[in-house]
Amino acid sequence: MEVKEFKNGIWTESVNVRDFVVNNITPYHGTSEFLVGPSAKTQKLWDVCKEATKEERQNNGVRSVDTETISTVSAFEAGYIDKDNEVIVGLQTDELLKRTMKPFGGFKVVQKALSEQGVKPNEAITELFSKYVKSHNDGVFDAYTTEIKKFRSLGFLTGLPDNYARGRIIGDYRRVALYGLNYLIETKKEDKENITGPMTEAVIRLREEVSEQIKSLKEMIQLGAKYNLDLGRPAENAQEAVQWTYMAYLAAVKEQDGAAMSLGNVSTFLDIYIENDLQDGIITEVEAQEYIDQFVMKLRMVRHLRMGAYDEIFAGDPTWVTEAIGGMFDDGRTKVTKTSYRFLNTLYNLGPSPEPNMTILWSEDLPQNFKDYCAKVSIDTSSIQFENDELMRKSRGSDDYGIACCVSYQELGKSIQFFGARTNLAKTLLLAINGGRCEETGVQMVEGIEACDCEYLDYDKVMANFKIAMKEVARVYNDSMNIIHYMHDKYYYEKAQMALIDTNPSINIAYGIAGLSIVADSLSAIKYAKVKPIRDEDGLTVDFKIEGEFPCYGNDNDRVDTLAAKAVADFNNELKQLPVYKNAEPTMSVLTITSNVSYGKKTGATPDGRAKGIPFAPGANPMHGRDSQGAIASLNSVAKIDYEDSQDGISNTFSIVPKSLGADSEEQIENLATILDGYFSRNAQHVNVNVLNKETLMDAMEHPEEYPQLTIRVSGYAVNFVRLTREQQLEVITRSFHESM
Amino acid sequence: MLNLKPSPIKTAENILRVHSIESFGTHDGPGIRFIVFLQGCKLKCMYCHNPDSIATSGGKEYHIEELVQMAIKMKSYFGKKGGVTVSGGEPMLQAKALISFFKRLKEEGINTNIDTNGRILNHFSTELLDDYADLIMLDIKHMTEEGYIALTGKPNKEIAFNFAKHREDSGKKMWLRYVLIPGITNKPELLHALGKHFKDYKTIEQIELQPYHKLGIHKWEALGWDYELKDARENTEEELIEASNILSNYFKKVKVN
Repeated sequence: MEVKEFKNGIWTESVNVRDFVVNNITPYHGTSEFLVGPSAKTQKLWDVCKEATKEERQNNGVRSVDTETISTVSAFEAGYIDKDNEVIVGLQTDELLKRTMKPFGGFKVVQKALSEQGVKPNEAITELFSKYVKSHNDGVFDAYTTEIKKFRSLGFLTGLPDNYARGRIIGDYRRVALYGLNYLIETKKEDKENITGPMTEAVIRLREEVSEQIKSLKEMIQLGAKYNLDLGRPAENAQEAVQWTYMAYLAAVKEQDGAAMSLGNVSTFLDIYIENDLQDGIITEVEAQEYIDQFVMKLRMVRHLRMGAYDEIFAGDPTWVTEAIGGMFDDGRTKVTKTSYRFLNTLYNLGPSPEPNMTILWSEDLPQNFKDYCAKVSIDTSSIQFENDELMRKSRGSDDYGIACCVSYQELGKSIQFFGARTNLAKTLLLAINGGRCEETGVQMVEGIEACDCEYLDYDKVMANFKIAMKEVARVYNDSMNIIHYMHDKYYYEKAQMALIDTNPSINIAYGIAGLSIVADSLSAIKYAKVKPIRDEDGLTVDFKIEGEFPCYGNDNDRVDTLAAKAVADFNNELKQLPVYKNAEPTMSVLTITSNVSYGKKTGATPDGRAKGIPFAPGANPMHGRDSQGAIASLNSVAKIDYEDSQDGISNTFSIVPKSLGADSEEQIENLATILDGYFSRNAQHVNVNVLNKETLMDAMEHPEEYPQLTIRVSGYAVNFVRLTREQQLEVITRSFHESM
Repeated sequence: MLNLKPSPIKTAENILRVHSIESFGTHDGPGIRFIVFLQGCKLKCMYCHNPDSIATSGGKEYHIEELVQMAIKMKSYFGKKGGVTVSGGEPMLQAKALISFFKRLKEEGINTNIDTNGRILNHFSTELLDDYADLIMLDIKHMTEEGYIALTGKPNKEIAFNFAKHREDSGKKMWLRYVLIPGITNKPELLHALGKHFKDYKTIEQIELQPYHKLGIHKWEALGWDYELKDARENTEEELIEASNILSNYFKKVKVN
């Protein structure tokens, strides 16, 4: 087989995929006209998948599960959907949709998840993990302090990755296709040679990590061999490039079950191979689309074994195969290629879907044709999200990045992040007016906050107490993060992904907050209206009486929006003061996934008038129904939160009724593209767009069987609406659907 | 940050009486628009979907500069086509203050549009029309005097026609709007009359048909008013197409909103 001719650059001297892409890309400015429908093979395969996912839904969300094998990169024999029709092969196991045990994150969690399916792990494995092998979860709880456990169990810190894998690390899966595993093994060996004494703890640890990575790369060669693929050498054509890249990703999801296992930004890279083959007349558009359709289909079939409780924080069985599409190079050229279109086209060829989590890196400078196509896809499928490429590229420094999990920037192959879930900032505010006690239980959480018995809440006093509460919560949060990531490295190190990243990458730790709009509106009420706390016999607030009016976050009113922006800046600032494991750089997000429902449940009444137990708004969204001046005012409020204070992302979910977006399809496309230009020009970071009628969702609640693929964006990711719990479905329906008549 | 200029003195021409604000309007003029619904209208149209904007008292007073600053913050969403629309109520009742408002918007490079029933043609409204309104959307209520009175409660449909003539003579852009109610305004002879009256107007870019809907009824009930159109029904798809076809004989573009 002939090796393709590529334009050389520094990528030929050392591992540098970005340089390869920069030198060989063919940016595309045209329309979507060239796209084709699914091939016959693709349709046949997708029919099998649709049937299998139907069985999965009918069987309470799990089709089958393996109890005999510890899933590793080379575990399981080759598996196929329908071998004759597969042009891109590879499953996590030998069977479609079979879930597996990955017990290094936490064996008890595996046992629980299996017992919910009425099965048990193999006895030998049970004995191994009960007696001899320690997991990440065991390690974390060995080290946790009483204080951390208290903050965790009372709902101040929630969703911490201490009993599931942290995920978020993105391997540079393109490397396997571009260089082949043999070369990657050689470079890692060289790296290891160069890691020398004095043998401090950090140096020893790094040497051990690189050794693990090398073993993992060798295991990937074995994985390829099971499918008769020679992954040792570079890919030589488009089909191989897609296949090799997928195999690298497959290795990661065989070994790890991190909450989010992003893909990176492979589409532009793959386009180079596809364009070459098209130019050489080896393939036509039919094959080009077929490779992408089948690759995407495989990504849609990725599954992890989860216990039921997991659904509260990450509902709908997400896997976050996040793929970043589009964006610009620093040199002013667009990264949009025909394969950017081909990826989006899968939403038509295979129908809407939450996975892969397609994220458009938006810039005003994107080709107008591409903007319009993205707007169209968004309106038609509600399956994609948008992030501000100009903002992130300039603030964070690289034009070769993926999106970790939902919304977070991550330079590919050069940096990783430590996922940190989030703290409940609304509950933190309640500490400030309850003398440092938990409003639900009365347990003393934070010292040094005076109990307040005044009739009305005093803004300055509350703010001073809030600052103390934030500082303390940040301290405990930071303690927990350091323990979690130390243990995760020790017991469930992501060797397959880390093998595809530079040795000793830069790291950012991804803290987060929930309840921002509650905090902003509460502070606004205290400042601009009169808020009278109603306390029980123990002096804990049970309700608040508000006299007078106050502006709410979400109406482009600076009087309250600045309070929101300040709360973000203040808490971020507290976090920045604290030392982090492996010297990671602290960053923070305003993001909730679906946990805004469970956070709400664990939070008493708040001074903004929200009753106890009511769900929070998701992410950085204004509270449901309080954004009364229309969609743009709402977007503008969110845009005021400074990305520099929340570099891990600021998630906004925007739902609009189709008719309100414009009178006809052409107007709707034009208006959505214009909104995105407008929103991002105000330095906003992220937006999920749902273009839906509430009635559709209500009908889907009653007749889920008729809506198997109805997809809705929730907070940085998308779900099949029918796979949400009823409670979560209701919460989605009560959100603001912007509607103007 | 909101960068308010020093507060001007509160006089009538610096204040607008506002019913409500919509930051994302897509049905009241070209592109994405910031819509200021003004309080007060001298007509009481039977189908009015904002009946609470009819009373000339009430509403909320806004400084013009405050509204200008709001519009500026929306500017990045206006794209090439969008801008500010004043609707109502009947905006022309506040024509004097609108002159200062639009003047400021033009200084900021923002497109301006007035949604009006065309009942007021005094020296304030003509100055506003001639010098500051990039577009007007004129609502033609009914083509017969009886029909006009029955629908709006006021006589003299000719005033709106004079208004249209004035705009035509100024050479500036105009859209017509026409609410389609089966059996009341949606009759072939009325549509032909409408077309014939305006067919030679060069400033009319399009006519918008607004199919009657009942979404405003609950507001009438809330006001304790009798909704006399209760028995009217919404148009069928065929009726909309038919009306649209008739008007296509006379206008460059017919749009169903």
